[in-house]
Amino acid sequence: MSDTLTEQKPKSVKPPKQKKPASLWSDAWYDLRRSKVFIIAAVMIAVLVVMSIIPGLFSSVNAFDPTTCDLTKARQGVSAAHIFGTDNQGCDTYSRVIYGARISIMVGVFSTLVTTLIGGLLGLLAGFYGRWTDTILSRVAEIFFAIPSTLGALLILALVGRENAGIWTVVVALSVLAWPMVLRIMRAAVMSAKSQDYVLAARALGAGPGRLMGRHILPNALAPVIVVATMNMGVFIAAEAALSFLGVGIQSPDISWGLMIADARNRFLQAPEALLFPALFLSLTVLAFVMLGDAVRDALDPKLR
Amino acid sequence: MAPQGDPILEVRDLVKHFPLTQGIVMKRQIGAIKAVDGVSFDLRRGETLGVVGESGCGKSTLAKLLMALEKPTSGSVKVNGELVDVHKGSNLKRFRRNIQMVMQDPYTSLNPRMTVGDIIGEPYEIHTDVAPKGDRRKKVQDLLEVVGLNPDHINRYPHQFSGGQRQRIGIARGLALQPEIIICDEPVSALDVSIQAQVINLLERLQTEFGLAYIFIAHDLSVVRHISDRVAVMYLGKIVEIGKDTEIYDKPSHPYTQALLSAVPVPDPEGRESRERIILQGDPPSPANPPSGCRFRTRCWKAQEICAVEEPLLQIRPGTDHESACHFAEVHDVVHAS
Amino acid sequence: MKNPSVDTHLLPADSGSIGTEPLLAVDNLHVEFTTRQGVARAVNGVSYALNAGETLAVLGESGSGKSVTAQAIMGILDMPPARIPKGEIRFRGTDLLQLSEAQRSQIRGQQIAMIFQDALSALNPVFTVGWQIAEMFRVHKGMSKKAAYAKAVELMDRVRIPAAKQRVNDYPHQFSGGMRQRIMIAMSIALDPDVLIADEPTTALDVTVQAQIMELLAELQRESNMGMILITHDLGVVADVADKIAVMYGGRIVENAPVHDIYRNAAHPYTKGLLESIPRVDMKGQELYAIKGLPPNLLDMPTGCAFHPRCPFRQDDCVTDVPALHEISGTRSSACHYWREVLDGTAG
Repeated sequence: MSDTLTEQKPKSVKPPKQKKPASLWSDAWYDLRRSKVFIIAAVMIAVLVVMSIIPGLFSSVNAFDPTTCDLTKARQGVSAAHIFGTDNQGCDTYSRVIYGARISIMVGVFSTLVTTLIGGLLGLLAGFYGRWTDTILSRVAEIFFAIPSTLGALLILALVGRENAGIWTVVVALSVLAWPMVLRIMRAAVMSAKSQDYVLAARALGAGPGRLMGRHILPNALAPVIVVATMNMGVFIAAEAALSFLGVGIQSPDISWGLMIADARNRFLQAPEALLFPALFLSLTVLAFVMLGDAVRDALDPKLR
Repeated sequence: MAPQGDPILEVRDLVKHFPLTQGIVMKRQIGAIKAVDGVSFDLRRGETLGVVGESGCGKSTLAKLLMALEKPTSGSVKVNGELVDVHKGSNLKRFRRNIQMVMQDPYTSLNPRMTVGDIIGEPYEIHTDVAPKGDRRKKVQDLLEVVGLNPDHINRYPHQFSGGQRQRIGIARGLALQPEIIICDEPVSALDVSIQAQVINLLERLQTEFGLAYIFIAHDLSVVRHISDRVAVMYLGKIVEIGKDTEIYDKPSHPYTQALLSAVPVPDPEGRESRERIILQGDPPSPANPPSGCRFRTRCWKAQEICAVEEPLLQIRPGTDHESACHFAEVHDVVHAS
Repeated sequence: MKNPSVDTHLLPADSGSIGTEPLLAVDNLHVEFTTRQGVARAVNGVSYALNAGETLAVLGESGSGKSVTAQAIMGILDMPPARIPKGEIRFRGTDLLQLSEAQRSQIRGQQIAMIFQDALSALNPVFTVGWQIAEMFRVHKGMSKKAAYAKAVELMDRVRIPAAKQRVNDYPHQFSGGMRQRIMIAMSIALDPDVLIADEPTTALDVTVQAQIMELLAELQRESNMGMILITHDLGVVADVADKIAVMYGGRIVENAPVHDIYRNAAHPYTKGLLESIPRVDMKGQELYAIKGLPPNLLDMPTGCAFHPRCPFRQDDCVTDVPALHEISGTRSSACHYWREVLDGTAG
């Protein structure tokens, strides 16, 4: 037998698959675009975002304009002029629901941003350096973690007082209590990425901590944090509504779904629409983010790969 | 390929103990896992030293110590006569240019989020003086060519390659800094049988081409024999026998080496019924609590009282022409893998 | 040998075979998996037979379909994503694929048992090993707790676990890899199966421990006259213990032969390549023979013979025609159009 066939260069061996994107991120994106759940959630969120930026697009009535509130028209039912009816002050419920999206989305986005950045960074450091860095950061996180978040936020906001309460205090109150969860998830993901052979190989090449974290560990530890951040967005929006409902969150004249539900609760039996419409929008918003998180998790899950 | 000249790597009394601690706040050391416990050897330019032994014998820890990925408890490593100081950054960085590694698992040893070009080019980003920025892409493509991959695949990701191709990528990364020594830690054991020979041939070709010296750690004794000039047999953190490949395989003198060789199944059914086989009883003891004296005595059929009392040194003994750490070293030819 | 309380009404008892029917026969088995990238045809018409007391080695690399075939025999494939579009698995003449799940679970463990590569993950970490072995007797034979434990100790003795009586209440993680594999063997032989499938039983173990386990398996087989299917990629292990070999490549059997014939002279280029790539003493310093190219992609199998892109004997018809399993002698067959040339060693 001839031995000329030893050690041959395997030429373009990959079969011509259907156009498949290369990197794992674009792979995940490719999967996402094929997920029905993702499409539905994304459309819902897109509508909400547009709603919060340009509410005028959806509502011909300016909810901030006091002239649109007409006390003589207070507590009206559903009609052609006011499709969701009017509230105690005679304001159009529909336009208030539309304008209410802004605060919800802002609280969701900013709380998520703050918690992900703080929790993510500290989690990266705790997971990478371990030892006393980890001990200190994890213990601090555990202290915050032990406080039930809604109760804790209620307490913080009660201390701040109604007169100072607003969107930023709500964001701070929610973030203070929620970053430890992100830290925990990031820390666990970093620790598992850190023990991979490619990190060892990079160390053997002489890579420093910055390169190890930035090039090798972070990109491989990000997936679970992204999933949690997406889902947290919905959780924060729900929490804001709860706090506003309880009177410690967003204050009038700012418009918040939670506040609207609170205003409408006493005459629910007479005028259920005043409560049901903001509640419906709130539920759909939270649902959209949870669905998005689910779809993202499915796309990023390496086990399916 | 004949090894020549002064040793390029000198390892002396290398020890690594991992402390076993108890308690969280007030940590107390309650013992130590003696993973590597006094290992010494030389490696010359262009030479291949095979290291064999079973899991827990310390061969992987030895690889990490040689790569300065673990700090030794004691002992020294010299490269080209220069002591490696794991605490000094500049010394370590120079050292890393000279000694690189190929890992066992081609699936976990490549960062899945980096392209092949970035993976093989990373050494140049860390050691910026090796190749000017403009040359790097060309260099990476040359390396791909050297290890038998298509240079046009530079922008692909690891998951687009098969196991054997990934191992070639890992080898290319190891070659990038033009080291003189490469530590191969089980480089073919995770590969399909039909691919192993390809990678072994590649490693041998690269050795001739670049004058590389290899530390070849593996549990497949026939592969080790094929590629090694000298072989060291490890048991519970110590080298029990070391010598030329022919000395170890044809004239093993340590009972453990003999048992190891006879336990390897021979890929030839002829005469299998009559083959002599030494089957060791039990498992290797824990490296946290190794037996006194000779560490192999608990499984050894030759053990006498002296074995429990006096630790046999690794030295040339009467009747052997290579170093063996057994009080009763005696050449005994066992039928073994090829 | 068989316990009379076992429900065997489906199956002819005792005799190893009906007429010429072997103990276990896989016939033209096909298994495919639906994946996100398409349908992976893992097994494409595999046939092999096993008689009592015999050891059949199924040799192949990852993706050859050797383990999938075994899982199909055991009935432990996840369906979906797996599907068996065609084929028969006959145990004592009964097609297992036609049985209900309840009937199959009667056979599983009692008549066909399996041991796996990774004993640690195959054993339940929260129960003691004694409990896990005893459970076999309690569930399948309705023994009392005490009697079942006594049987467990007896079995642990039989697989030579030292101090079985003391160790019966230990948990799996308290045992070494070799000892865990012994425990799994104990569980698999607990009900005196007729067929034992060993899927890479020693791949995760060291050579000295591997030798112990292979010796134990051979001894148990001798005592009970089990048929054993040994799934492995290790040419050394095969040469040591097998009576006959089925070599698999790309989901097909490419060569079927008694062990001595194959090692003396392979009749398929793949087998020949594998045997030649083993490092030999007289090859020292020379390049090893290496099969060129890569194993096939199950999602995109080569046309014709799956081995043709890597084959030194390739002719034009290899690219277009799937070779049948040609009979060479009563006990040998090869799925190569040019098996004669392969036997003669005259490469294309």
